[in-house]
Amino acid sequence: MENSRAMTLKERWEWFRYDIKMSRTYYLFLLPYALVFITFFILPVAISIWYSFTYYNIFEPAKFVGLQNYTNLLLGDDVFLKAVTNTLLMAVITGPVGYLMAFIFAWFIHGLPRFLRAFAVLIFYAPTISGNVFMIWSLIFSGDQYGYINAMGRNMGLISGQPKYFLTDPTFMMPVILIVILWMSLGNGFLSFVAGLHTIDRSQYEAGYIDGIRNRWQELWFITLPNMKGMLLFGAVMAITQSFSVADVTRELCGFPSTDYAVHTIVNHLVDYGSLRFDMGYASAIATILFLIMIICNKYIQKGINRIGK
Amino acid sequence: MKTGIRQTRSIGGNIVVYLVLILFGAFFAFPLVFAINNAFKPLNEIFLFPPRLFVQQPTMDNFYDLFTIMSRSRITFSRYIFNTVFITAAGTFAHIIVASMGAYVVSKYKFPGSRLFFKVVIITLLFSPHVTAIPNFLIMNRLTWVDTYLAVIVPAIAMPIGFFLLKQFMDTVPMTLIEAAKIDGAKELSIFWRIVMPTIKPAWLTVMVFSVQNLWNARATNFIFSEELKTLPYALGQIIGGGVQRAGVGAAVTMFIMIVPLVVFISAQSNIIETMANSGIKE
Repeated sequence: MENSRAMTLKERWEWFRYDIKMSRTYYLFLLPYALVFITFFILPVAISIWYSFTYYNIFEPAKFVGLQNYTNLLLGDDVFLKAVTNTLLMAVITGPVGYLMAFIFAWFIHGLPRFLRAFAVLIFYAPTISGNVFMIWSLIFSGDQYGYINAMGRNMGLISGQPKYFLTDPTFMMPVILIVILWMSLGNGFLSFVAGLHTIDRSQYEAGYIDGIRNRWQELWFITLPNMKGMLLFGAVMAITQSFSVADVTRELCGFPSTDYAVHTIVNHLVDYGSLRFDMGYASAIATILFLIMIICNKYIQKGINRIGK
Repeated sequence: MKTGIRQTRSIGGNIVVYLVLILFGAFFAFPLVFAINNAFKPLNEIFLFPPRLFVQQPTMDNFYDLFTIMSRSRITFSRYIFNTVFITAAGTFAHIIVASMGAYVVSKYKFPGSRLFFKVVIITLLFSPHVTAIPNFLIMNRLTWVDTYLAVIVPAIAMPIGFFLLKQFMDTVPMTLIEAAKIDGAKELSIFWRIVMPTIKPAWLTVMVFSVQNLWNARATNFIFSEELKTLPYALGQIIGGGVQRAGVGAAVTMFIMIVPLVVFISAQSNIIETMANSGIKE
């Protein structure tokens, strides 16, 4: 194809049609995936946005109510505002801290001798793979004498009198949940970092030493990080997804609803209205707001990562 | 003059690195060590006061109890195992084939819409399953898939992270390999099956691990209501919910659930690292 002269609209259309016709095989290859993907990942978002403007309880047909769900959420629902505060707090702490931990551990592990590396990766990644094992924390933090923290605290004389109700007393619930989330947070971003460090060309470091790089921090900032931008972005996407969609952990450890809604999250609220109260319109509005928050976060983080090494 | 990596590594710094790794390693490993130890504890040790981390007299009692309880229940334990194994195997297999086919053409050929499609896939990496759960239920309902295996298996086929990783890995496969086969007269399907799939083995092994993790842990209580179709994690959750008298069995259950994804991960670890090396998101 030559581009020396601008194509007219008609020519362009013809070319486009020709392009599509020639690509028939490719479309056929993509079709099965695209079909399932669109049905279960794209369509749900569209449906969710549509229902967020309606009153819909599954039994009756949906009624269009305009922005009412949104105004109710933002102006009339104290529990939702509590959930937003909690979720933002969790995201602001566990997102960056989890992300940094994932990178620092991956970086430290990379410096280990080869035989230790695979083992260390397994140890740090294990909480992510093992699914519902976080339930173990409910035993560790249990509010009676069988709770390990309570028992240890007693033996060491740190806790006296009544055992502490770590999972039901609002003063302790948030810190406990933060610890558990951080424990589970290394995830796929961590694996991506480990792999990224593994593949940076050795010669770049040697060139760096000649250029006068003197310590591991300079090495990190000028060579390692700029080489890993893509992975850093992938890790950030994973961190956002995880830190904004906390729900199972709070439900399993602190119950649902938790005492005084102390660890109630946006997703908890969504499940409450969607699966228990069958107010689908309201639940959809919650989902839409959550999704918007995540997309905005993602945009800002992308900008930040582009500044690395400059 | 010394050059190379030693120069940038102070001894003090190395000590800090090891200390941090050991300390945090203990934090990350603790609950897992705890779970494994508890599974082998006799009941009196589980309720020992003050509690101990390590098992004193290991026993298999908890596992025997687990099997007696499950074989006496209305739906036998083997049925739950079958459901989860079937869902995991079928979903993972279909996911690998379908996602690889799509990722192959998106990576190797330019056609109208291919770039846009991949961008959309990257955005969906942000979705948590809770956000799409309600509309998904409505769609399943329309398709009359509620209360069938399909409701769990089919959405798993399109897991965006799988497509993403396969495409990124596929980008590193030289186009010449494919062109050479074309000159020999091979059709796309046979190129895909005989050349592409063997070349990207590390990628689909990785995707297999993620898919197994996802499906093996699926409770699927949103979509499946018939007891005989329910999954293993659901059944095991019921046992743990049995409270104090089931504490020993609960520990056995926890370990049982945990072990399968762990073993799959360990056996594919080197492939996973190779694949994740291409996980970077490019602008």
